[in-house]
Amino acid sequence: MQSVKWLRKNLFSDVWNSALTLFALWVIYISVPPLLDWAIFKAVWEGNGNTCREITSGACWPFVKANLGQFIYGRYPESELWRVNLTFVLGVAGLIPMLMPSAPAKKWNLIYLVVAYPLIAIVLLAGDRPGLVGVDTSLWGGLLVTLVVAVTGIVVSLPLGILLALGRRSDMPAIRMLSIAFIEFWRGVPLVTVLFMASVMLPLFLPEGVSFDNLLRCLIGVALFSSAYMAEVVRGGLQAIPRGQYEAARAVGMSYWQTMGLIILPQALRHVIPGIVNTFIGLFKDTTLVLIVGIFDLLGQVRAQLSDPNWAVPEGATTGYVFAALVFWVFCFGMSRYSVFMERRLNTDHRN
Amino acid sequence: MSDTPLMISIEHVHKWFDDFHVLKDINLTVREGERIVIAGPSGSGKSTLIRCINRLEAHQEGRIMVDGVELTDDLKRIDAVRREVGMVFQQFNLFPHMTVLENCTLAPIWVRKMPQAEAEKLAMKFLERVKIPEQAKKFPGQLSGGQQQRVAIARALCMQPKIMLFDEPTSALDPEMIKEVLDVMVELAQDGMTMVCVTHEMGFARQVANRVVFMDEGEIVEEAAPEIFFSTPKNERTKAFLAQIL
Repeated sequence: MQSVKWLRKNLFSDVWNSALTLFALWVIYISVPPLLDWAIFKAVWEGNGNTCREITSGACWPFVKANLGQFIYGRYPESELWRVNLTFVLGVAGLIPMLMPSAPAKKWNLIYLVVAYPLIAIVLLAGDRPGLVGVDTSLWGGLLVTLVVAVTGIVVSLPLGILLALGRRSDMPAIRMLSIAFIEFWRGVPLVTVLFMASVMLPLFLPEGVSFDNLLRCLIGVALFSSAYMAEVVRGGLQAIPRGQYEAARAVGMSYWQTMGLIILPQALRHVIPGIVNTFIGLFKDTTLVLIVGIFDLLGQVRAQLSDPNWAVPEGATTGYVFAALVFWVFCFGMSRYSVFMERRLNTDHRN
Repeated sequence: MSDTPLMISIEHVHKWFDDFHVLKDINLTVREGERIVIAGPSGSGKSTLIRCINRLEAHQEGRIMVDGVELTDDLKRIDAVRREVGMVFQQFNLFPHMTVLENCTLAPIWVRKMPQAEAEKLAMKFLERVKIPEQAKKFPGQLSGGQQQRVAIARALCMQPKIMLFDEPTSALDPEMIKEVLDVMVELAQDGMTMVCVTHEMGFARQVANRVVFMDEGEIVEEAAPEIFFSTPKNERTKAFLAQIL
């Protein structure tokens, strides 16, 4: 009885509402069952390429299963995969307590994540140290590359973006002009262009024999590019802080950096958490663009495996892309949920 | 009072906002322990003048000396002056992301390099003095306007300043809260604090001021002890102003 009442009240309260309810049900009816059929009930779960050529009614999951290694690690040597796994575990171990507001020792946690961990990760992943075989970055691929590019972009762009935003509002004309020029340059060019420049043009300007890693060049390009976006997001937050806050801080004798670090930024960044996370999510998805300079991220690796004749099957491409989309979605949705959680927490903390 | 040392001396100070001449040849001295009330219609430049004393605004001509230090573009000097000069604003300007106690301990810890425990003890002492020690753990947003302004006073006092500046401290308050703030200010005055107050509270001026300074259109029009200022103002503009607000 309770549920009938609820239905009446919420879904069929009047003619218009009832019509909308029926329309929504119809949309669900025509879209969800075929999707479930394709993805689950009529999909191929076991077998190989031949099975997928025979049964074409649904997704070809054996394609994902067989190539999962490539999707995650690219062509990273099999005997060295433990290094990638260890890097991942060390990262997660540092990240989880950082994300939990109640976990202790935030300062040391941050130092570990921002200073120690990147060094550990470089040594572990690239090697070239006694006891470790060097693994050229051209062998890296899949989710590994996606995460390396995204995490580097995120870790570099936030502090750099904050500095640029402060620079753009600086009283010193030289610093302000430089910040504006930097931001407007990087915002004005497409990321694809940046990557092309980094990968194809830059070597032309470097002297003969001097070269540095293609992936590294892309990392720098992505980091600078997203810093410009981050700077504008942060600047939006800075502008929301009333002038009285600056004056109160300066009036007790606090220096510029104390004022910014203790009073202005903690409030400004809180205002723009949605914008910051938005930029992170955009950056995470933009990592797929490294494909055009010959670096195989998750999506690129999926495409690469599709050209394998063993897996030239009707539903292969769709399955691969759905898988890639799902992985991207999980990461982006995770970031989004975390940002909602943080916003709520910070708001209940102080506002009346 | 005339024998105590000079705390503030303002000589021939001019200031412009673009073409607008806000301060015109201002001369004013404040001695240690003196309490000056600056009154005047809005737009007369009184807030600008008080903000020049801790260099929240820069003057363009003339000389301002505070506690023996001349205010110039030199940031070191400005910070040195600001450490010794407390300021209370019309809009309180508390830091909303910090508790009341943190608002009070922040500057002593970071500017005076005081150990945290000592800073907290000091903060509690001043919060007791402004009669809200029980609110120490709350955030500013949870307090009434009068309570917030008293916290702002405590925050300024925690730097143990030699001079306190008040820029219309009661103008943003509901009438029933004005008294609690004024009471705190009166007590502060009785303890001998050097104070410069921009305010419309003429009762306060009568009660605690050594001198009342009347400003209009960027000039100091009249400067006199309160009993003379209120009973026998000389200038026509002063008379007109007093007729309006009393």
